[in-house]
Order: sequence, then structure tokens, then C-alpha cells
Amino acid sequence: MSDTFQLDGASVPFEPGQTVMQAALAAGHYIPHLCYHPEFKPHGSCKLCTVKIGGRTAASCTMPAEAGLNIESDIEELNALRRTLVQMLFAEGNHFCPSCEKSGNCMLQALGYDLEVHTAGFRHMYPDRPLDASHPDILLDFNRCILCELCVRASGEVDGKNVFALSGRGITKHLVVNAESGLLKDTNIALADKAMHVCPVGVILPKRVGFSVPIGKRKYDQRPISAQALDDAPRQGDAGGSCASCEGTS
Amino acid sequence: MTTTDDLPVFLDALLARHGNNPAELLQMLCETQHRRGWIAPQALTYLAQRLDIPRARIEGVASFYSFLHLQPHGEYRVLFSDNITDRMLGSQVLMEKMCQQLWLQPGKVSEDGLVSINTTSCTGMCDQGPAMLVNGRAITRLTHQRVQEIGSLIRNRTPLEDWPADFFHVDDNIRRSGLILDNTVAPGDVLRAALALGGKDVVEAVKDSGLRGRGGAGFPTGLKWEACRNAQGTAKHVVCNADEGEPGTFKDRVLLTRHADLVFEGMTLCALAVGAQRGFLYLRGEYRYLLEPLQAILQRRRDNNMLGKNILGQTGFDFDIAIHMGAGAYICGEESALIESLEGKRGVPRNRPPFPVTHGYLQQPTALDNVETFCSAALAVQMGAEKFRAIGTPKSTGSKLISVSGDCPRPGIYEYPFGVSVREILQDCGAIDACAVQVSGPSGICVAQSEFDRKLGFEDLPTAGAFMVFDDSRDLFEVARNFVHFFAHESCGFCTPCRVGTSMLKQTMDKIAAGHGTRHDLNEIENLDKVLQTSSHCGLGRTSCNPVLHTLKHFRPAYENRLKSLDFEPAFDLDGALARARQMTGRDDVGAHLKPEDV
Repeated sequence: MSDTFQLDGASVPFEPGQTVMQAALAAGHYIPHLCYHPEFKPHGSCKLCTVKIGGRTAASCTMPAEAGLNIESDIEELNALRRTLVQMLFAEGNHFCPSCEKSGNCMLQALGYDLEVHTAGFRHMYPDRPLDASHPDILLDFNRCILCELCVRASGEVDGKNVFALSGRGITKHLVVNAESGLLKDTNIALADKAMHVCPVGVILPKRVGFSVPIGKRKYDQRPISAQALDDAPRQGDAGGSCASCEGTS
Repeated sequence: MTTTDDLPVFLDALLARHGNNPAELLQMLCETQHRRGWIAPQALTYLAQRLDIPRARIEGVASFYSFLHLQPHGEYRVLFSDNITDRMLGSQVLMEKMCQQLWLQPGKVSEDGLVSINTTSCTGMCDQGPAMLVNGRAITRLTHQRVQEIGSLIRNRTPLEDWPADFFHVDDNIRRSGLILDNTVAPGDVLRAALALGGKDVVEAVKDSGLRGRGGAGFPTGLKWEACRNAQGTAKHVVCNADEGEPGTFKDRVLLTRHADLVFEGMTLCALAVGAQRGFLYLRGEYRYLLEPLQAILQRRRDNNMLGKNILGQTGFDFDIAIHMGAGAYICGEESALIESLEGKRGVPRNRPPFPVTHGYLQQPTALDNVETFCSAALAVQMGAEKFRAIGTPKSTGSKLISVSGDCPRPGIYEYPFGVSVREILQDCGAIDACAVQVSGPSGICVAQSEFDRKLGFEDLPTAGAFMVFDDSRDLFEVARNFVHFFAHESCGFCTPCRVGTSMLKQTMDKIAAGHGTRHDLNEIENLDKVLQTSSHCGLGRTSCNPVLHTLKHFRPAYENRLKSLDFEPAFDLDGALARARQMTGRDDVGAHLKPEDV
């Protein structure tokens, strides 16, 4: 019999080595998240999954599960925090949902709806982030990047290619590709790579397949993200790769 | 201006010198930067191939540090220290004048590639500012005349080595000394005493002394050493944090100038206590001029068998120290970010647990302490725990170096036993009319006149040592705004709340400064604070609102005087935005304005 902790009053069992997020998802409890992905080692940068343990707060995706913890997640205080974080991400980049190929399949947009983000909240920063359309099959639209590093982790941990990395610091931090030219065409990325399929927003897109599923019939058009996130959750702790390209993972 | 033909030759020698060790990447990048004043794209590609690290990751590392440039940045790179104390001494006018003299815009390289001028975070010369860095070399006591001379030297392409030596003179400005600054311990004395005790008893002695970390957090040093000693690991490390980046602090600079032997003695003592073979001193890039003198002291200690194999004849006691340079990133003062940087990575704080004492440098147990902590530990062992404990207060034993700057006639280093009041320091430094003191830098506490009887120490006002004095002519709003800009510039960008939040805070403060602020903006600041406090990855984000909240508490009128009385006001001038349209249509009548009074 495994140990348990309490999450919003429910008892959650966990295996040694699991984080609070991993145990919660495996047991069928949803905690909002963006940069967490069950197949990669968590690093805890988006902070959407922040939970309360007694008087403390912590990112649940990186916090080791411990027996007897009393954790709060689905409370107004934390959902208000999450709303603000989503607003920050929208304000930081250039997100034009109506014309975005990823609309309806975008986790940031879906979280915005699910958390009831009704206003912009902040002045938009309108950063200048030129596209990279150099590759014959793949488009990079950096305007939408939320710096979750899932592509960095996927390309490093799964594809073994290290096509992506983060560059710069603070608000000027941005995604770069592994080429002296700085262009995707000079990397060895391929359509079948894992890194092509993990972007939670619309940065990494295959060319010539736009709008194959009409808006209105896409993933999060059907059901809110909170009702679907568990579909992707592993039932067994199969995460735990490591990727030296990523921040905060060592 | 840059030839790259001999680049592979240079890089091969560089790689060989660093043993092709990827953990030395940042050091290699610093040396490559030093060679031509920037790092050419081909250099990154070459290093990537030779070290077998993805090029993009090397680019990520290089771009993290302010002093590394991936584009040509001028033969002369001038950086004005932009701490509030530099500003109070007139740095902004000096920079403006210099830009005029050299026909430059801040941040841009001159057309001929000769020079660029910009600002940088506090360079640790607050007691002799305004200060600047030219190609990484510190220049102090800037005046109009000195800045003009520098402009001429640059125009004449005079090599930095031929500039007047006086420009580079750095004073120690020791105003009050005590336990640490008066010590007469001869090199090796502490080690001999420690070897007689043995590692375990050294740990006990440091525990007994009650010594707590001098970097600000105040963790009991003895407990840290004990945990490291007991940790499982094959190669333990001792790291000295000399990345003194907190604006207003410069005491480590003075310790490394005057008492470097004591610092190294403390590190070697720690190595004996925890069982480490390797040590690092992580020196902030701003103190690059200290590198050669420190290397010479290390060499002397090696020659005298105080470093190396079988130290002082003790069989099996092997330990040596290497110096690693930082390159302009305040966040690397955070211990886990510092370790990442030591490993040649971006200086991003790690997730904790595990802590460095069990999983530090290269995931090995690492004892990481501040420069002053190592000095105090050495003295505590030398004099005995009981005597050490007798100094200071029950929970803050020993003495503390305070870096005093700002509005006072005698800025410099003051050493006091813990428990000294703010008022007493103000009296000693001759500050009259002080209305506020920023204790422990932007991430610390703004203490107003009514609280000047508060005492420095972990019981009341914990401090890493910065003590910036503001007299009643100063605008505390501008002080807070300077600090907010600092945090936004220094945020590592890892987590959402700090990366975006510090920039939002900066925008809001700028909006208020521009006269567009409202009560709504003050409320927004409090909301941002809540978000940053609850969800930031590390202390930088968590404390980034402090300067605003503290000054709001004590000096609210400084903010309210700037506000428009409305509840909401856009951040731009709505009527002003129509000026272009008016100009194009040739209209300027009442109907072409939002309100009649705008005409």
C-alpha cells in the first residue's frame, strides 16, 4: 500500500520519487499546468501549477510528494494567481487567437477560457519577434512562444538533436535554433520529431496543413482543458528523463 | 576590426588550457570575449564542435551574461555604473555629456566601431562613485574633467594600459575596524590550529561560535559544514561566493583586497572540515582587476604548502582553489545559480531540494559561503567559539562589515559587532538630515527616520552589508524606481512571474514617473507583489516589489504627488497621440482635440 497526501480534501496515493503533479494526475486529479508534460522531466517554470502547502506555496510539478501533506489547489486565491500568470503570458508575447492556426488546440488559450480570464489585465508588450520561415516544411512563429521549453526538452531528451535552446535573459529571453545562421533550415529537425508535436501554443507548425480541422471542431472547442488534461496523463510514473539543455533541471 | 583567421589557434590553446572541460565553458567564453571585445559566431560553432555541446546551448550561455557580446560592441566599451548612489553623484549627466562628446547614443556602437556607452548594474564602487567600467576595468571618482579626458583617450585610441593609473585607483576607505579588519593572523595560523583540532572538531567549533552566513540569508555556517561533511559523495567542493552583486555592497571587494589570505585560509579550513579537495572562488566580473593579485596570493600559498598536496605536512589533506570569473549577472549571487554558472551554464537557480550541501557542483556535496563568512569562520576557530560568541548579540554572533554609501561625508567600510543601531552608523558616517536608509540593498529593507533605532542583526534587521543613506532632499520614488529597473534587468527569466512581473512593475513605475499614474496603478503594484511573492522561483522575484512597498509605506506622498486623481488613466497621452493626424490635416481647432483645454 503506497503512502498518500491530501489534495483539496481528497486522498492521493503516490509512489516514491513522484512529484505532487505526477501523483495527482495519475490519480485523476487535475492541477492546471503549461510547462509540465508527462513524458519529460518537470522543471517548474510557468508556475501555473502552484499549490499551497500549509502557509507555503510551491510548484506542484517539481515538488516531491510526501506522506501526510495537506495541499490546496482548486481555491480562489490560487486560481486568481493562475489567471494573472496567464494574462502575463498573453501580454508578454503577440497572441492573435482569431488568426492563429493553433486556436482551439492551444493550451494557453484553453487555460484562459477555463480559468475565466476575461480581460487583458496588463499592457501588452508587443515584442518584435520575426518569424523563421526558412525551413521548407516547418514554420516557427516566435510571437506565440511562452518559453515553456517543451520543444527544448523533446529535442534533447527524445530526438537527441538539441535543435532548440533558450537564449538571452529576463524579458529578452527567447528561443533559438542550433545553427550558426540562426535559421531552422540549417538544423537537422524533421517533421517526425517529437519536438514538432509538443508545443502547447502555436510556435512550431508544419507548413501547408493549416486549418485542416475547422475552428469550432478542435480539441478544446469540445471540452475545457480541465476535463481533458487527464486523458494525456500517464497512469504510471514514466517521466524522469534529463536534458542538459533545459534550465532548472539539474 | 576583427580578424578571425587565427581564431582556431586561439581557441585550441584556450581549450587545451581548460582541459576541454565543458564545465569551464563560461571561463572560455570570458577569455574569448576579452580577446577582441566580442565573441564571433564562428567561435561558438568551433567551441560547440570541440566540446561536443550543442551550439545553441553555448549561444544560450553566452547571451545570459551582460559582459559577453555576440556582436561587435566597440573597441572601447564604456559602462556607467547605474546604482542609485552613482546617480546621486551625478552619473546620468556625466554619461549624457560623454555621449555628446563622442556623438553617440547610449547602447549603440559608434559608426566607426570605436566605442559604445551604456549603463550597468552597480559595480561595487559606491563609496567612490560615480564609477564606470571600460573594457571591464573599473574607473572610480568620475568628474566632468575625468570623463572628458576618457573621451579624448578613446578618440585617440590610446590603449587602456597607457591611461593614467590614477583612473583605476580603488580606495579601501576603511572607516571603522574590528575583529575582522584588525586581525593580525599570519597565513597558516588558523590551519595549524585547525589541524590540531581535526575536521570534526572544526565543525563543532564553527557550530559553537553561532556564526551565520554573511551573504544575507543567515543560515548557520556550522550546520551547513556538518551537513556537507556528512553528505555522501566522492568529490566534495568548497565554493566562495565573491559575486558581490547587491547594489550598495562593496565589503567583499575590500576583504579580497586587504585580507585575501584570510579568505583562502577560511576556505581551506572549510575543506578540512567537510573533506573537500577542490575549491572555487567565484569572482564577479566587475572585480576582474583583482584576479591577478588573487592568483599571486594563491600561488604563494601553494609555494608555502598551504594549498596543494599534504597541506602543512598533514598526509592526505589535499586541497586547491581555482578562481572563476562571473560576467555580469546578479542572479549568480544566488547559491544554486552560482553553481550552475560554475558549471559553465546559464545562471538559473535550481529547484530545491536537493540543496548544494548534498547536490552542488557537478551534483557533489558543496559547501558554499560568502567571502566574509569564510573570514569569520577562520577567526572563530582561531580565537575560540566562546570568545567569538561574546561579540555581537545572542542570535547574531561576531561582527559585520557594513558598506556605507549615499548621502554622508564619510562613505566606506565600517565594522561593528552585530546589534549596532542604524542611528549609530549614521552618526559615525556623519550623515545629517538622513530621511531613509536602504539596508541590505534593493532586496532588503527601506528604514525610515522613525525606525533609526532598529538594530542590525538577524533578530531585527538582517543585512548582507549594504547601507545606502538618503537625505531629505532625495526623492524616494526615484530610489524605488531605480531598484525596480535593476530587478527587471537582472531577472534570469526562468519563471513567468519574475520574468514578466518585474517588467510589468518597471512599466508601472515608469508610467507613474511620466505623470500618468493613478490609484489603480498603486493597487496593481500590490497585486503584482502578491503574485511575485507566492509564485516566483527564487528570492529575486519574491523581493522585487519590496523597494516599492517599503517606500510606499513610509513615503506615500512621493508617489501620490505624481498621480492623476483619476481611477484609470492610459499609459499614453491620448490627445498627444492625435498630434500627427492634426499635423497631416492642418487642423488645430477645438474639434481636433479631445478636450477644449488640450488646445
